[in-house]
Amino acid sequence: MSRLVTVAILAGCSAAADADVPAGGVITLAGSTSMQPFAEQWAEEYHGGRIIVQAGGSTAGIKAAEDGTADVGMSSRSLQPAEITGLTQTVVARDGIAVIVHAANPVRALSLVQLRRIYAGEIRNWRDVGGADATITVITREDGSGTRDAFQQFVMGEAHEIATSALVTAYSGGLRKMVSQDPGAIGYVTFSQLNTQIHAVSIDGVMPSEPAIASGAYRLQRPFLFLTRGVPTGAAKAFITFVLSDAGQRLARTQGLAPVSLE
Amino acid sequence: MMMIARTRAWVATARLSDAMIERCLLLAALSAVSTLALITLFILREGLPVVIAEGPWAFLAGVKWAPSRGAYGLLPMIVGTAVVTAGALVVGVPLGLAGAITLAELAPARARTLLKPMIELLAGIPSVVYGFIGMEILVPFIRERGTLGGPGYSALAASIILGIMVLPTIIGISIDALEAVPRSYRDGSRALGATQWQTITGVVLPAARNGIVAAVILGMGRAVGETMAVIMVAGNAVQFPGSILAPVRTLTANIALEMSYASGAHAQALFATGIVLFIISLALNGIAGRVRGSRRKATP
Repeated sequence: MSRLVTVAILAGCSAAADADVPAGGVITLAGSTSMQPFAEQWAEEYHGGRIIVQAGGSTAGIKAAEDGTADVGMSSRSLQPAEITGLTQTVVARDGIAVIVHAANPVRALSLVQLRRIYAGEIRNWRDVGGADATITVITREDGSGTRDAFQQFVMGEAHEIATSALVTAYSGGLRKMVSQDPGAIGYVTFSQLNTQIHAVSIDGVMPSEPAIASGAYRLQRPFLFLTRGVPTGAAKAFITFVLSDAGQRLARTQGLAPVSLE
Repeated sequence: MMMIARTRAWVATARLSDAMIERCLLLAALSAVSTLALITLFILREGLPVVIAEGPWAFLAGVKWAPSRGAYGLLPMIVGTAVVTAGALVVGVPLGLAGAITLAELAPARARTLLKPMIELLAGIPSVVYGFIGMEILVPFIRERGTLGGPGYSALAASIILGIMVLPTIIGISIDALEAVPRSYRDGSRALGATQWQTITGVVLPAARNGIVAAVILGMGRAVGETMAVIMVAGNAVQFPGSILAPVRTLTANIALEMSYASGAHAQALFATGIVLFIISLALNGIAGRVRGSRRKATP
């Protein structure tokens, strides 16, 4: 944390010396690693002041917002009730999590229950969900990954665990590659990682798409949250207003995120 | 007079600079050693709290690893490391030993000068390249040809890749051991009417045994410590592998996979994984050193 403060102070000095930047326009963002690249994009496009983006994970972001070491905390997971104390949450974008299979796999739709049973290791053959007679290769992300957290929360719930026999990889690009090579594979990646090498399946009849994620119809999603202590004011408020503006939301969409709402 | 004074001054400066160079070298040597000491202290400081909180037994013998649910059992990964390392030796030792015997005893000098650098070059290939080749060629091969099924990402794939990666270590040190066997042993054996093959198996190999054992143990150390190539082909499932075609996770893979988002007790548990690895490599290096040392005493 102290490093964060030092960086903020140093950046503050250089910003004060910079004639283009209005005085007092320095905001520190800290938290979610998944949100970092998007936050940096917003920071680059924002002309109202200087933005410093620090990664460190959602939990660190929530803490930083609480104790004031960052002006804005970033969290890519919903807050637990105990964490909300005095924090204002602003949803700045939504990130869908797409369930993917090999391009040649005829299965294009799964129910949430089928998906849960596949990941719990109870359904082991594609035949049981309307596919060919082939073993399902279950692939998951590593423990601690935000994508896995969201998947665990929405698909598995508290009562079920992902089978220990599932293959584990630490990169969503690597996971996509593994799925593209194995006709029996199933995995999950963030919506922005979808491409033609693999196929997304619909969950409970809803395909992941930008409108379906934004409207909430596609349930396998996580909010990207900005957290402030109390109601955002001053420079932080100006930046959040920019992120929520048409320009800010358009930027999110070009990066593969779904907007906060459909206007 | 002038001459002598000047020489004296020169000698004094030379002595001074000698002393300074000595100090600098000592400092460099100490900094290398102190780096090791600092790393050890740091790993212990970061990793021990969770080991103490969980209890060393629950940590080492626990069968469940689910940090997000507060379960920190390392046993599946310890077993995974053991299985993959044993597999690497099954692949690497026969190949390595055959290679070393060929190069040290049988091959003509010209073939040797060509082959030995090529084997050393194997050690220079980055491990991510081995992993990539494994992922692109070996894993699909195992998945599609394997009659027993499985996802291809498996203990078998990791063993084969590691078996190749330990070859330079095993061959290099085994050749040294074979070359250290005195020429007179071979001459004596041949003079008694033994064939070349009988000489190798009956005289040279037994005489070089300690060095070869050390080569195997150092190869083991290499296999235990390898990370990137293993992550790419082993599948990394935290389970006791039911067969060699099942995915496994090694200790090194555990740290590298989960470090990016780990915090709190999870991060400490990864450091504690590092402590276990550290102890294993220290033990292997210690054993290898002892075995090699005893050879030196045995052969005058």
